[in-house]
Amino acid sequence: MTFPVTAFPATACPVTIRIQQDDFDIAREIAVLTGSRTDIGAVVSFSGICRADEDSAKIAALTLEHYPDMAEEEIRRHADEAISRWPLNGVTVIHRVGRFMPGQNIVLVLTASQHRQAAFQAAEFLMDYLKTNAPFWKKEESATGTGWVEAQARDDEAAARWTRP
Amino acid sequence: MKVKYFAWVRERVGKAEETIEPPATVRTVEELIAWLSGQSEAYAYAFEKPKVIRAAIDHAHVKSDAAIAGAREIAFFPPMTGG
Repeated sequence: MTFPVTAFPATACPVTIRIQQDDFDIAREIAVLTGSRTDIGAVVSFSGICRADEDSAKIAALTLEHYPDMAEEEIRRHADEAISRWPLNGVTVIHRVGRFMPGQNIVLVLTASQHRQAAFQAAEFLMDYLKTNAPFWKKEESATGTGWVEAQARDDEAAARWTRP
Repeated sequence: MKVKYFAWVRERVGKAEETIEPPATVRTVEELIAWLSGQSEAYAYAFEKPKVIRAAIDHAHVKSDAAIAGAREIAFFPPMTGG
């Protein structure tokens, strides 16, 4: 009888991508990601939350619109790119759509690795690319009316950091 | 081909999707934007700043000089603001 040399050949880096209206439970998602595995030494969790003000203007609510067929494919391409760059053991991306009030969750990125550096960097990479390349759009409601959120040059600059030479 | 519009491009065009048959002389994304802009004031308004408009062919981002031949679905939308 022979035993496999590596413990996690096929499931070394499971990727979970969900686009949903419902909220997510961060602790539960981390438990799903790590499961009973013992090869993971670091999990980084990033949550994006609806803010109550933007440039001193009060926000009453945000509505997230998306391109359903493309959004999941685009996030998967970024997850694959992250896996090719860092030694990851798991990636979870959950992006909510619908109408949100300040304080509510919008997006969750989890990255798991043996060591923290890869998990930190991959989470930042994924968020920077999600902001600029994943087909989602925010509409803001405030006391002065509603309007589409404008893309920020600083987000493009953040994503450009990761461009390979 | 099927065309989809999102966010303020959708609002300005006045519809979320439609099927179009541009003439064979329309070969690229930017030529399609120019052709659509000539169809009505609504399209002209949606595409008044063509450099701002992002496009995807069959669910993948493309540049404005991308060929549209063989495309099943083309989408037009503003710069993305998710996350």
